[in-house]
Amino acid sequence: MIELKQVTKTYDTGKGALTAVDGVDLSIATGEIFGIIGYSGAGKSTLIRLLNGLEKPTTGTVQINDQVITAIKGAELRKARQKVSMIFQHFNLLWSRTVKENIAFPLEIAGVPKNKRDARVMELVELVGLAGRENAYPSQLSGGQKQRVGIARALANDPEVLLCDEATSALDPETTDAILDLLVDINKRLGLTIVLITHEMHVIRKICHRVAVMEGGKVVELGDVLSVFQAPKAEITKRFVAQVTETEDSNETIKHLRELYPTGDLVKLLFVGDQTEQPILTKLIRTNPVEVNIVQGNISHTQRGAYGTLILQLKGTREEIANAIAFLNNENIQTEVMAND
Amino acid sequence: MIESLFPNVDWGKMWEATLETLYMTAMSTFFTFVIGIVLGIVLFLTAPRQLWANKIVNWLTGAFVNIFRSIPFIILIILLIPFTKFLIGTIRGPNAALPALIIGAAPFYARMVLIALKEIDKGVIEAARSMGATTWTIIRKVLLPESKPALISGITVTAIALVGYTAMAGIIGAGGLGTLAFLDGFQRSREDVTLMATILILVIVFAIQFIGDFITVRSDKR
Repeated sequence: MIELKQVTKTYDTGKGALTAVDGVDLSIATGEIFGIIGYSGAGKSTLIRLLNGLEKPTTGTVQINDQVITAIKGAELRKARQKVSMIFQHFNLLWSRTVKENIAFPLEIAGVPKNKRDARVMELVELVGLAGRENAYPSQLSGGQKQRVGIARALANDPEVLLCDEATSALDPETTDAILDLLVDINKRLGLTIVLITHEMHVIRKICHRVAVMEGGKVVELGDVLSVFQAPKAEITKRFVAQVTETEDSNETIKHLRELYPTGDLVKLLFVGDQTEQPILTKLIRTNPVEVNIVQGNISHTQRGAYGTLILQLKGTREEIANAIAFLNNENIQTEVMAND
Repeated sequence: MIESLFPNVDWGKMWEATLETLYMTAMSTFFTFVIGIVLGIVLFLTAPRQLWANKIVNWLTGAFVNIFRSIPFIILIILLIPFTKFLIGTIRGPNAALPALIIGAAPFYARMVLIALKEIDKGVIEAARSMGATTWTIIRKVLLPESKPALISGITVTAIALVGYTAMAGIIGAGGLGTLAFLDGFQRSREDVTLMATILILVIVFAIQFIGDFITVRSDKR
């Protein structure tokens, strides 16, 4: 539904041209939650603004459904923007208007008559969980509540796409989770396509289906969130993945574990998707005479399933240990021997 | 009692002069408000990277504002005599003071409007654009409401300056308390007339300040 073809955006900075977005091709499906992650300056803010025509690309085309955003302007573009709405890191509410009036603003722009506006506003207030606060001014709300107003406002004209510009970066972790839950809920209930940019891998892991990693204006990695987490390829992706995975397998850590567990083999197991829900360890112990000791482990949940790592200390004869590993591999679990006697 | 303190004051004339001062202040404040806001918005929107970014218009408006803001008011009145004569038909009386008052004060207020508009969070304007708002809608529903407290406190300061300007215009025959204080008070050495005119001007100024502050506080929801 969203199609970017060879999109490049350069700025004239006086000190020469700056390429913010560099030859990006992307295709985002209807109903998808698509994440774009990158450090600041990677070009993600510019990229997301190309989707609603707030920025015009230097070359390339952006298409949303049947409409080529890069080819339209004036009234036609303004009309298109009502279907591609946006929420912001700093909420960008009008402080001179109450919650209700802020949510009504896009409806006023769309020319919805007053009586229909009021009904729609109350519906949205309910949807984002702000019932009872509709007459408050933004200055009387917490950050999370302000973002809820932002979301309600963005949903007012029944958009097809919701763009999230670092929507949770100004919020504390608990509020972030609540807002992310709300976004997932909206995505499921309304079938809305969500495109979000962030620098927090946690956000990607929690709600995105697919992710694009940006660096220096280019998309350096693209894929299903689960597979990107499982096997990050680009160096920068590995750094982002490391933000949310506690088990680090640097040599330092392995040495440290070896000191704590000096005997037997240390084996790392990698679970993906359904495997995380199966009683693999029980089966392993029942069928193999090895001694199993859990050293470390974690499981992360993504929208496309869970993935996790587990480090085990296996004690037994060489042969018994080899059999145990073979058994695990048979169960389609990736293993890696980190250290042995 | 009051009669004995101000023996030379002709109360009928004093009342008439007060009304003239109020009339000049009200009319000039109103037109200054309208013209100042228009100029301020043009200055703001034609600046680089703004919605109507336009170097030439921005430079011309900026030059106009800066020049007329810099000319001392008493000189501006004299400079504008031919223009006033053309526009009003006379150079005497309260109406004849209006062109100079407005042209002197509107650029001053335009600067304040510009400062007020620059205080608005750029993100809010971007949000309005992302909703498909026209520039006209952004002016009406974002720029003006979001800068309302600053616009009101700015026009309060300007209105008070205008009271002072009307008194100055009074010296060259505009009427009002300024003329009364100068001709009846100063030139005929009746200090009590000058003093009474001063007291009335102070009352007007304090009233403007009080009303302005009240509305500013009430309109600020931040």
